[in-house]
Amino acid sequence: MITAGIDGGARAIKVLILRDGKQLARSSALTGFDQQATVTQALESALQQAGVAREELQHITATGIGRKAISFADSEVTEMSADAKATVSLFPQARTVIDVGAEEGRAIRCEPDGRVKDFAVNEKCAAGAGTFVETMARTLEIKLEEAGALSLKAEKVIPMNAQCAVFAESEVVSLIHSGTAKEEIIRAVHEAMADRISAMARRVGIEREVALVGGVGRDAGFIKALAGKLGMELFVPMEPEFAGALGAALIAAERARAS
Amino acid sequence: MLANYGYKDGSGEYFIAIDTDKCNGCGACVKACPADVFEITADPFDPLAEKQVAVIKEDHRKKIKYSCALCKPTGERPPLPCTAACEPQAIAHSW
Amino acid sequence: MTEAVATAQKREYWRWREYDWRDESLDWKRAGGISVGIDVGSVSSQAVVMCDGKLFAYSSLRTGSNSKTSAQRALEVALQETGMPREKVNYLVATGYGRVNIPFAQKAITEIACHARGANFIYGPTVKTVLDMGGQDCKAIRCDGRGKVTNFLMNDKCAAGTGRGMEVMAELLQIPIEDVGPASLSLPEEPPPVSSTCVVFAKSEALGLLRQNWSKEKVLGSFCLAMAHRTVELLSRVGVEKDFAITGGISKNIGIVKRIETKLGVEALKPSIDPQIAGALGAALFAKALYEKELSGNAKTGS
Repeated sequence: MITAGIDGGARAIKVLILRDGKQLARSSALTGFDQQATVTQALESALQQAGVAREELQHITATGIGRKAISFADSEVTEMSADAKATVSLFPQARTVIDVGAEEGRAIRCEPDGRVKDFAVNEKCAAGAGTFVETMARTLEIKLEEAGALSLKAEKVIPMNAQCAVFAESEVVSLIHSGTAKEEIIRAVHEAMADRISAMARRVGIEREVALVGGVGRDAGFIKALAGKLGMELFVPMEPEFAGALGAALIAAERARAS
Repeated sequence: MLANYGYKDGSGEYFIAIDTDKCNGCGACVKACPADVFEITADPFDPLAEKQVAVIKEDHRKKIKYSCALCKPTGERPPLPCTAACEPQAIAHSW
Repeated sequence: MTEAVATAQKREYWRWREYDWRDESLDWKRAGGISVGIDVGSVSSQAVVMCDGKLFAYSSLRTGSNSKTSAQRALEVALQETGMPREKVNYLVATGYGRVNIPFAQKAITEIACHARGANFIYGPTVKTVLDMGGQDCKAIRCDGRGKVTNFLMNDKCAAGTGRGMEVMAELLQIPIEDVGPASLSLPEEPPPVSSTCVVFAKSEALGLLRQNWSKEKVLGSFCLAMAHRTVELLSRVGVEKDFAITGGISKNIGIVKRIETKLGVEALKPSIDPQIAGALGAALFAKALYEKELSGNAKTGS
């Protein structure tokens, strides 16, 4: 059986195709202003990689903030359910999932079978999501991909007072002017984010093991900071941004079987 | 006076209101709070008053949602230690 | 000092003008007590000098990188041409963001307390609600007829609803900050408000709207409306009782003021003195009260 999961995120659209639970292909595209066109394009590219025709897809499930706009999907699922399903399939021992995307942060506690037990969301404020790190990286004139490695080189942790991305930008500028090393500034950014995300995760109750998914899961500096705050190692998939799409594709397969 | 400490951002409104007319400065909230957000000082908003009252510490005011996270689990919520400890009922949370 | 003033004047292309004022009809030499309030804000600093509770002189300047020098300069500019030496000041209270870094102040008082007291002086005892929209924060204050705070909140965590948020939007649309208000009102009808509160997200939303061929004015109108909504929501936490006044830099933005007034159904009082000095004025009034308290304390102990 072949199914697809589409995650319409705030920043990127991710598509993942599964055959009998195994990943055939995945692709992503930046969410443009014409979301429908971007989704179609990403799906076509994934189908091509997989060598599968569109008609062969038995079920398409959409998730993510833009899921309502994916008109051709057969069904939809919340980001929480998709994250939980994907995480348990990747790490069967995981019971807590932390998902930090571009515009939202989420913490989900799940059952061994990947059903959602409880969750907390931080939305509509850039301070609690990937946009925060991205904005600070831009102010520091470093590439987002470099932020992690740079942060790991920091020799000490300096405090960051601003709790708003706009105010934090000015704080970063004055830190640069006062001669603080970029390594230390980006580390402070990661620590501040990790403070907020770990507090949110504690609201749902942290049950071992804990996995980190979402695009920010690519950032080694954030992973280290969050692991430090939680006092435990984190499970992070190779391609953490595809967790939502994977979960949606797994749920699509369940739904196809059921119908 | 109703002193509202906290903030409103895109994600919601998070304020702890302390009624300084009711607060007797006993400090029970300071002992009860696991996040150490309270302190007893001269009222910073009424400089001519002689009374000591409970205030939210400066460094918690901009992140109170996170400071209070431990006492506000997503599931069943037990009574908040600060409001439970406050005999004159001077403390109220907005969320 | 003259050097500092000269450099500041060279930078006069900035957003607003520095100014100072004094009452030449008042003879400070005959005053029993001279009290001073200095408000060192994130953007501007004001110094107010009072003789026996009467407004004598004030200045409003840009804050430099150092709170202490900014406060010193504000006081020097307020006192220039008055012939009053600084040593004549009986009591000095500092307020604002930089208040704790002013060693020559006898006391530091929160801006909330000072604003309420200053607004009471500027608008008279009927003022019960003061909304202060500054560069980096927004304060909603309820006070009694004597200018004592009865209920307040301060939002300095989030840039939405502050001058800073407005600057970000003005910069994105490349519209000078002082034109924002009139431009936002130049539309035949009110656009729907932007849906994002967060300034960072509102910025991406605004870019999207521009791509949909919205005019800059329409985007601004949409942003100002959202900002007004948010401010009114914040105000509702303390409640609005007439008379109502708006102070701070954003009180000069008609696009925000008009929309807040419409939403509340209440008109804001028009000030007789620049409300930007409200904080420093309140601090000077507290300085007077504290000086009198000190005198009576000394009289009792006989020293």
